[in-house]
Amino acid sequence: MSDRIGYIAANTFREAVRDRVLYNLIAFALLMSGAAILVGQISIGIERLVVINLGLSAVSLFGVVIAIFIGIGLVSKEIDKRTLYTVLSRPVQRWEFIVGKFFGLAGTLVVNASFMALGVFAALYYVSHRFKISDGWVLVALYFIILQFLIITSLALLFSSFSSPLLSAVFAFALFIIGTFAEDLRGFAGLTKGVVRWLATGAAYLVPNFSALNVISSVAHEQPVSTQLILSNTLYAVVYASMALCGAVLIFERRNLK
Amino acid sequence: MTAIDIVGLEKTYSVGFWRKKPKCALKPLHLRVEEGEIFGFLGPNGAGKTTTLKMLMGLVYPTAGSAKILGMEINDPRMKAQIGFLPEQPYFYDYLTAGELLNYYGQLSGVSAGERQRKVREVLTRVGLPDVMRVQLRKFSKGMLQRVGIAQAILHDPRVVFFDEPMSGLDPMGRREVRDLMEELKQEGKTVFFSTHILSDAEALCDRVAIIHLGELRSVGAVADLTANIEGKIELVWHGNTIPSAMKALGADCHVTGDTVRAVLLEGNQDAALEALRREQLRVISLIPVRTSLEEYFVRKLQPSTAVAGVTR
Repeated sequence: MSDRIGYIAANTFREAVRDRVLYNLIAFALLMSGAAILVGQISIGIERLVVINLGLSAVSLFGVVIAIFIGIGLVSKEIDKRTLYTVLSRPVQRWEFIVGKFFGLAGTLVVNASFMALGVFAALYYVSHRFKISDGWVLVALYFIILQFLIITSLALLFSSFSSPLLSAVFAFALFIIGTFAEDLRGFAGLTKGVVRWLATGAAYLVPNFSALNVISSVAHEQPVSTQLILSNTLYAVVYASMALCGAVLIFERRNLK
Repeated sequence: MTAIDIVGLEKTYSVGFWRKKPKCALKPLHLRVEEGEIFGFLGPNGAGKTTTLKMLMGLVYPTAGSAKILGMEINDPRMKAQIGFLPEQPYFYDYLTAGELLNYYGQLSGVSAGERQRKVREVLTRVGLPDVMRVQLRKFSKGMLQRVGIAQAILHDPRVVFFDEPMSGLDPMGRREVRDLMEELKQEGKTVFFSTHILSDAEALCDRVAIIHLGELRSVGAVADLTANIEGKIELVWHGNTIPSAMKALGADCHVTGDTVRAVLLEGNQDAALEALRREQLRVISLIPVRTSLEEYFVRKLQPSTAVAGVTR
């Protein structure tokens, strides 16, 4: 069982690599090099803050774009091209296929983010010529960004299991944007009354809470991240991604592959 | 032992956007295929052949009925380890090489790591592609993809093989090789279930055939039994514009074009027709079979009729 998930994940990772997805690293490297040189010249005293903010935001943005654009095609492309037929006619369960695809893309994003992280640290070293202990919190911020990727990948897979790639992309992007302002939405829900309050609260808890996963600004200001937040964010991301994956599996299990 | 046992398998789709209407793709199908048979599933395009195969593969869910393959339910992974499937017009991960693709399918089918490399080489040689191990599939022609499709279907040494239009995209040599391969599979004791609308292939290969049309099974049986009372047709072409009177008596359908006459008549009247032409001293240009007995039977079965569908077990 687990072997087949691993094989599907490995093949998904290989597809991403061969489709030159990791080429985005070149764009990222150019961005970080340019930023480091520019920031070194125009910022006095806040070079580290600017590099961490810019670098981590770029890691997040690049990853989210990749997660959505590959994630929406993970299932639909296999159905359209009928490559799925020769996979599911083997002893592969549909849920194994979905979970394997998820881990394949998640692995791609982790590798991608790891290379980008090296770029961020290189830029950081370039502007300050040393590392501080507080730079360790940058790793926590990166970890939270990867948790975001897991949630977005699972959502893209969920939409991909029943919708067209275009609509899936729209849904996933919309949820990413709304989720980025999830705390504001919860605040808004607290200000309303009656049915609107009920609906707003429901929506606020239904959308992924990406604002809790965004600690870029505080890390850039060298503020520590509490262990409790790390644990709660980890639990939240795992539960949310698992639920979205379960939804994708439930829909895909019932689907006729015409 | 029964290899495939289909009991009342049925599929109805809902079509339309707002007002969904039911569209029957397959009427209740009862069919039994014995182990070791080459079984032809014949029908024109849109007859329901691919729908049936997809249901057997667990890709499409039946509206009603059930099926067992090798005595196991169609969603049983143990059964799926023992079957091979070639879809119609197969398309594969084109970023992989042929070797990588087959290795991946071998992994999914549970072929051990030690055996995979050997089996991959073996099946590629068997389908006539011994030198493409390291070539990416995006560089393959349609015929080569079809061969890779056959290779992946037999890679894990399955007991039952399902081919959906296996001759599609192949040149005459390729078709011949696939026919030979299917014969070999039968010799090895495997069951081959294939759909086609190329009747000459079915007639040359199949122990038994089923004819399906508009989602309805029209008949099933051995080719010889089905066509026992059916004669094929020949086309006779001769020089000139004279039609001997005997031709009409033989039931020939004659057409004069310029200075040649083309007649289509029953195979059994061939000698009498040639004799009539000889008597009139007309020069024969060609004599070719235009419709085999199975083709004639097939065409008759596709005619709209009030006959009860051949629900045969």
